[in-house]
Amino acid sequence: MATTTGDPRTRVWWGVAGLVVVLYALVPVLWILSLSFKTTDTITDGNFIPRSWTLDNYAQIFSLDIFTSALVNSIGIAIISTVLAVVIGTMAAYAIARLDFPGKKVLVGVSLLIAMFPQISLVSPLFDIERAVGLFDTWPGLILPYITFALPLAIYTLSAFFREIPWELEKAAKMDGATPLQAFRSVIVPLAAPGVFTTAILVFIFCWNDFLFAISLTSTPRSQTATVAIANFTGASQFAEPTGSIAAAAVLLTIPIIIFVLLFQRRIVAGLTSGAVKG
Amino acid sequence: MSLQSGALAASTEQVTQRPGGPTKAQMSEGKRAERNLGLLLCAPAAIIIVLVTAYPIGYAIWLSLQRYDLRFPAEQAFVGLSNYVTVLTSGYWWQAFGVTMLITVISVAIEFVLGLALALMMHRTLVARGLVRTVILIPYGIVTVVAAFSWQFAWTPDKGYLAALLPTGSAPLTDFGSALAIVIGAEVWKTTPFMALLLLAGLALVPDDLLKAAQVDGAGPWQRLTQIILPMMKPAILVALLFRTLDAFRVFDNIYILTQGSNGTGSVSMLGYDNLFKAFNLGIGSAISVLIFICVALLAVLFIKLFGAAAPGSEPSGRR
Repeated sequence: MATTTGDPRTRVWWGVAGLVVVLYALVPVLWILSLSFKTTDTITDGNFIPRSWTLDNYAQIFSLDIFTSALVNSIGIAIISTVLAVVIGTMAAYAIARLDFPGKKVLVGVSLLIAMFPQISLVSPLFDIERAVGLFDTWPGLILPYITFALPLAIYTLSAFFREIPWELEKAAKMDGATPLQAFRSVIVPLAAPGVFTTAILVFIFCWNDFLFAISLTSTPRSQTATVAIANFTGASQFAEPTGSIAAAAVLLTIPIIIFVLLFQRRIVAGLTSGAVKG
Repeated sequence: MSLQSGALAASTEQVTQRPGGPTKAQMSEGKRAERNLGLLLCAPAAIIIVLVTAYPIGYAIWLSLQRYDLRFPAEQAFVGLSNYVTVLTSGYWWQAFGVTMLITVISVAIEFVLGLALALMMHRTLVARGLVRTVILIPYGIVTVVAAFSWQFAWTPDKGYLAALLPTGSAPLTDFGSALAIVIGAEVWKTTPFMALLLLAGLALVPDDLLKAAQVDGAGPWQRLTQIILPMMKPAILVALLFRTLDAFRVFDNIYILTQGSNGTGSVSMLGYDNLFKAFNLGIGSAISVLIFICVALLAVLFIKLFGAAAPGSEPSGRR
C-alpha cells in the first residue's frame, strides 16, 4: 500500500474520512437502539439520546406470544435452511469445481438466473401451489424457497473457495486407493471447512433478512417469522404507540448480525468478494 | 439475495471453461465414475431449483392466462391475454413501473459513486482500516425491515431526529417526492457497502506500479482514476452494476415499511403483492409476476448488450 505513512496531516484526513464512514454505518442502528430504551412518554421527543431509560419495551415484547413464537420460527427456519442449503450447495459446488460431467454449464447458468430472479414473480404461483399441497403457513413452506434462493449464493461462494484447494492432495488420496467419494469426504471437506463456514454465515444472513416470502407464504404465528411480526406491530397491534416494541424487537433481530460482523468480518468480506476477485 | 451475485457472473466463465481440459486424460472407467458422481452431487440442487422456480414460473404463466379471483374461485376460466391487457392499460402498472425505474436508476447511480469513493478510501486509508471494514458490514447485514423502521421513525414528524431538522408542518413520508427520496436513501444506505466491497475487489487488481509510473509521468489523481483505475476495474464495475440494478428493481421491503406504497410510491413488487393479498386476484397478480420477470430479463439483456463484449466475465483482462 501507500508508503507515505508519516505525514500527520494526511493521517488526520484519513481519520476524519474513517469517522464519517463509521457514523454513516452506525447512526441508524444507534437510533433504533436509543428508541428501544426510551420510556413511553419520551419516545416522541425526537431526542437522539434517551432522556430517561427503561427496559420496559423489551419486557413488553417478550410478554407477547406473537413475538416469542416469531423469534423461534425465525431462528429455526433460518438454521434449517442454512444447513440444508450449505449441504446441497457444497455437493454441487464440489462437482462444479472439480468434476467433469454433462449439464454443468446448464446448472451454473440456471443458478445465475436465479440470483437475478425477481422473487415477487414466484410469490403468486408459490402461494397457490403451497395452499394446494398443504405447505402454506408451515416451516417447510418457507424453508424450500429459502434454500432455492440461497443455492446460487452457496454454489458460487463455495466453488470459488474450492478452486483454491490444492488438486494434488485429492489426487494423492486417489492414488492411495481412495474413491472419489472418499477423497471428497476425508481430504476436501476439512480443507473446505472455512469456506463452508463463511457460506453458512452469508446464507443465514439472507434467510434472516427475508421479508417478502415470509409475509406472503405465512399467515399465523405458527410459522410467521420475526420480520413479519415486527411489520405487523404497526397496523394490527392494539397498542397506541408500538414504536418502543418495534424498536426493541428490531434490536434483537440485529444482535446476531452484529455478532457475525464482529467475529467474522474477514471471512464475510472474503466470501462476498471471492468470486469477483478470483474470477 | 443478490448480495453475493457479484461473485457469480465473474466465476461463471472460469467454471465453464474447465470441462474437458487436456489434464483429464484418464481411464474411461474413472471418467464414468466421475461423471456419475458429478450428476449425483448436483441432483439435489437441480431438483429443488426445478421444483421451486421452474415449475412455479410455468404455473404463473398458466395462471396469468386465467380469470382467477380467490373470492370467486368457481368463475375460473381461460381468458387468453386479457389479464395482460388489463394490467398494461392500467395507470397503476405504469405508475409503479415508473417509480421502480426511478428508484433503480437513481439509487444505483448514487451507490456507484459513493461505493467507489468508499472503495478507494478503504484501499488507501492508513487509519483504522479494520474498523472501517467491520462497520460497513453492518448496513450490509442488517435486516432491511429493521433499517426501514429506523428510517421511518427518524423521518416521522415530532418523533424523529431527522424530521426535527425539517421546517415544522412538513410531512416527509407522505409527500410523494420526499417519500421517494427517503426510500432511495434507505436503499443506498443499505447497499452501498456491498457495492464498495465488490469495487474494492476490482481495485485490488490494479497494479500499484502502474499507478506510480503514471504519477511519475505527471498524471494527476483524477487522470489516474479515469484513465487507469476505472478502465482496469471495468469487469468488476459491470458485475456490481448489473446485479445491483436487478436487485434494486425488486425493491419491496423498504417501501412496504416506509410508505406502504401510498401516494403513488409503490414499486412493481408492491403492486404484485397488493393484487394478490389485497385484491385476491391470482390471475392479474400472476400477469404482473410474469411482466416483472420479463422486465428483469430485458434489463439484464439490455445491460449486457449495451456494454457489448464487456459483458460480465467475458473480458480476459478481468481475470488477473
